[in-house]
Amino acid sequence: MSEEANQSSGQVKQFLYVNRRAPHGSNYAQEGLEVALIGAAFEQDVVMAYVDDGVFQLKSQQDTSDIGTKNFGATYGALGDYDVQTIYVEKESLEMRGLTEDDLMPLVYEDEDDDWEEKPMINIVSACQLAEIIDQSDVVLNF
Amino acid sequence: MAIEVNGQSFETDEEGYLANLSDWNLELAGAMAKEDGCDLTDNHWEVVNFLREYYDEYQIAPAVRVLTKAIGKRLGKEKGNSKYLYELFPYGPAKQACKYAGLPKPTGCV
Repeated sequence: MSEEANQSSGQVKQFLYVNRRAPHGSNYAQEGLEVALIGAAFEQDVVMAYVDDGVFQLKSQQDTSDIGTKNFGATYGALGDYDVQTIYVEKESLEMRGLTEDDLMPLVYEDEDDDWEEKPMINIVSACQLAEIIDQSDVVLNF
Repeated sequence: MAIEVNGQSFETDEEGYLANLSDWNLELAGAMAKEDGCDLTDNHWEVVNFLREYYDEYQIAPAVRVLTKAIGKRLGKEKGNSKYLYELFPYGPAKQACKYAGLPKPTGCV
């Protein structure tokens, strides 16, 4: 999307990418991440959300060496470079899987307006809060 | 497609990007640049090496906007701008430098 297109419609649309699947059993997680990065490279306002088995995508210390696929877990660390600043993770999904925020990668972005200070990207939200976030997003894409 | 260096042949895709990341070496980078009529200087290598390090850490080749910003942070403002990078890599800094770095086309590059 070009800047002109965004401007002519009055404001930049917010794109919410909802990731619901475990990372390495199918292509959804990797493809979803790539689509989000491509959108962000074209200056879409990108927000990520992780629910259900999707929360496993953010688990730290992923290792795919035994299944012979690319370990794209490291790529989540690039989201901040693409100016993505917000990741929502559903609290109930974490709890149901015995995970806490400490099990997730400590993802950060550098705030250009605050002397490049590193700030955390991950926000844990309840199912209710996430429903509201989805409701308020202009475009919602599911992976 | 393939590229030949010192009698050895390396597989590439139709745009000249290396098929196997692990085939890459300094001579191969130089040979790919020469095919495009480009002599790699220290300034080129700075960018190529940066891209290889970025790929190593994040498993993707960064889009040009991301590259420009990151180079600026690493090497200073006089290098982290489109003009400087396009002078080095007239076919598009991310696209062309990624090729010489043996990486796939950048994520977010059409």
